[in-house]
Amino acid sequence: MLKINNLHASVDDKAILKGINLVVNPGEVHAIMGPNGSGKSTLASVIAGKEEYEVTEGEILLFDENIDELAAEERAHKGVFLSFQYPVEIPGVSVTNFIKTAINETRKAQGLEDMPAKDMLKLIREKSEMLEIDRKFLSRSLNEGFSGGEKKRNEIFQMAMLEPKLAILDETDSGLDIDALRIVANGVNKLKSKDNAVIIITHYQRLLDYIVPDFVHVLHDGKIVKSGGKELAHELEEKGYDWIKQEVVT
Amino acid sequence: MNKYTEDDLREELKTKEYEYGFYTDIESDTFPIGLNEEIVKAISLKKEEPEWMTEWRLEAFKAWKEMTEPEWANVHYAKPDFQAIAYYSAPKSVDPNKTLDDVDPDLLEMYKKLGISVDEQKKMNNVAMDIVVDSVSVATTFKKTLGEKGIIFMPISEAIKEHPELVRKYLGTIVPQKDNFYAALNSAVFSDGSFCYIPKGVRCPMELSTYFRINQGGTGQFERTLLIADEDSYVSYLEGCTAPSRDENQLHAAVVELIALDGAEIKYSTVQNWYPGNAEGKGGVYNFVTKRGLCEKNAKISWTQVETGSAVTWKYPSCILKGDNSVGEFYSIAVTNNYQQADTGTKMIHLGKNTKSTIISKGISAGKSQNSYRGLVKISANADNARNFSQCDSLLMGNDCGAHTFPYIEVKNKSAQIEHEATTSKIGEDQIFYCNQRGIETEKAIALIVNGFSKDVLNKLPMEFAIEAQKLLEISLEGSVG
Repeated sequence: MLKINNLHASVDDKAILKGINLVVNPGEVHAIMGPNGSGKSTLASVIAGKEEYEVTEGEILLFDENIDELAAEERAHKGVFLSFQYPVEIPGVSVTNFIKTAINETRKAQGLEDMPAKDMLKLIREKSEMLEIDRKFLSRSLNEGFSGGEKKRNEIFQMAMLEPKLAILDETDSGLDIDALRIVANGVNKLKSKDNAVIIITHYQRLLDYIVPDFVHVLHDGKIVKSGGKELAHELEEKGYDWIKQEVVT
Repeated sequence: MNKYTEDDLREELKTKEYEYGFYTDIESDTFPIGLNEEIVKAISLKKEEPEWMTEWRLEAFKAWKEMTEPEWANVHYAKPDFQAIAYYSAPKSVDPNKTLDDVDPDLLEMYKKLGISVDEQKKMNNVAMDIVVDSVSVATTFKKTLGEKGIIFMPISEAIKEHPELVRKYLGTIVPQKDNFYAALNSAVFSDGSFCYIPKGVRCPMELSTYFRINQGGTGQFERTLLIADEDSYVSYLEGCTAPSRDENQLHAAVVELIALDGAEIKYSTVQNWYPGNAEGKGGVYNFVTKRGLCEKNAKISWTQVETGSAVTWKYPSCILKGDNSVGEFYSIAVTNNYQQADTGTKMIHLGKNTKSTIISKGISAGKSQNSYRGLVKISANADNARNFSQCDSLLMGNDCGAHTFPYIEVKNKSAQIEHEATTSKIGEDQIFYCNQRGIETEKAIALIVNGFSKDVLNKLPMEFAIEAQKLLEISLEGSVG
């Protein structure tokens, strides 16, 4: 599904990613861990197509198509979803109106008609129940005055509505209390299927107790320096990141 | 209401140019350029006005000659040469005595282009409409239906002849001839506009609407609107404006006077889309307008405006809250793009006890434009327990535009409660990227953000107007990103 070959990327001429290789197949859950500043969030932004990041070398293939030249919305139309670490506020635009626009724009790109209002309502009801989201919440302005937990739950709600092929969760666990974490994780688990894939970017192992990864990668200084199974996450939790750094040096 | 789908919207968004910029070739009867007493008299004569009206105009003209153009607004433009303007232009084939069926087919075609076919209006929208092209009122629909309720809705030129007692009693009482430079000019040379009277206790069953259009080149438009809501009556009034795209700057100096007697309510909505000039700032309408309303006891006046057009806007729809418990409201969205300049806001003058006013102003600036809110809240000594809430929000797009807020507050009564909130924000790259990531392209994202920003005001507009306004906002801001 996703194949990243020797990816180098920089922002303001500062190199951040220095040769990433990663293969993600349908049905897989990958966790990308690493200390602060290792390039985790940059990787997420580059895959999603944020303009400030320049790919200087290498390529990103989605379903064997090079997506380097595609705009962020085109990547979204192809099924890439990014759950933001810091979701932005859009005053005056309700959660419902926003997700409706997103769905219909995506459908338009795929040559489909707008989703009939009836179906939209049904979908909203279904997904909001799944994520234990209060109906009143849906009429509020997007992310405006939301608590950290509400913001993250809203991201996962949008993910549920858009049913992406590749979901990247960027630090979704940060700012969540244990109950919210469980709800969000359950939501992601329910959305998992053999046809889609999830990349979880996280600093801590906590979220991985709930969403169990098939692969864990450790990012350090713009490169994946170690890959393994879920046990690698536990090892990191126990020993911290320093031993990885040392391993890299030696 | 017509079904208006996203696709229709998208289709229309493809037209990036000012879409009302056509000129209809109708033979018109235009006065020579220049302004003097003879011209003022000639306008009055042309309109077959009674003597008192001619005198009234001459008085205004005399005052105007002594006045100078105001310079305090935050706008910069080449002052119009008032001797280079034709002060009267009328489509020639208009005979005020004709009915709608006799209207020049070319004119009707023009309305169709404006999307306001008179016939359709009649049938579908339950909107009674008066259309002023250049200086003359062309058609007033629904006259009969309104007549049954005793509602008078007609061109002011006719009202002067048919209801002189009403016109004479109220004209110039809210905006006196000498009020300001442009109001004086208007008082001297106005050639048409709308007149409306709602009798006691009558709730006007439909939206009343006036559509203003400048068609002829080298002319100014000076319409005058007088609206009287008698005790305990209600009316909702809409006005829309467009003009052809021309290289020259055209002058529009209108006066609107509203009178809400005891217990009456007037809702006055404007969608102003005069030609804003081209992307280099050439041409466009100078929109210098005086709008003011008076509230008697328990009365309410609500101004809602969506201003997307004009090269220069100078406009402060105001409320004089004379009666106890009266309420004034001002809801405004002003959009400026390219080289447009707007200095707009309101005045809320609290005279009566327990008077309340609300001001919600949303300014959106893009391109190299300058957008200023200027507002006055005045609480006089006798206005016990007066309350005001003001909120002025500015949204900036890009780095070359400006947003300014000039709130003036004068309080002479200690029991007053005044709140003022102001915010300035910028459409951020992060917001755009967030929308992009959800599959929403940039232009659509901006439309979404701008509509969200303007929502509080858009909600105040009648439904069909709100949709038009939303569409206008999107068109006005096209190409402003990047």
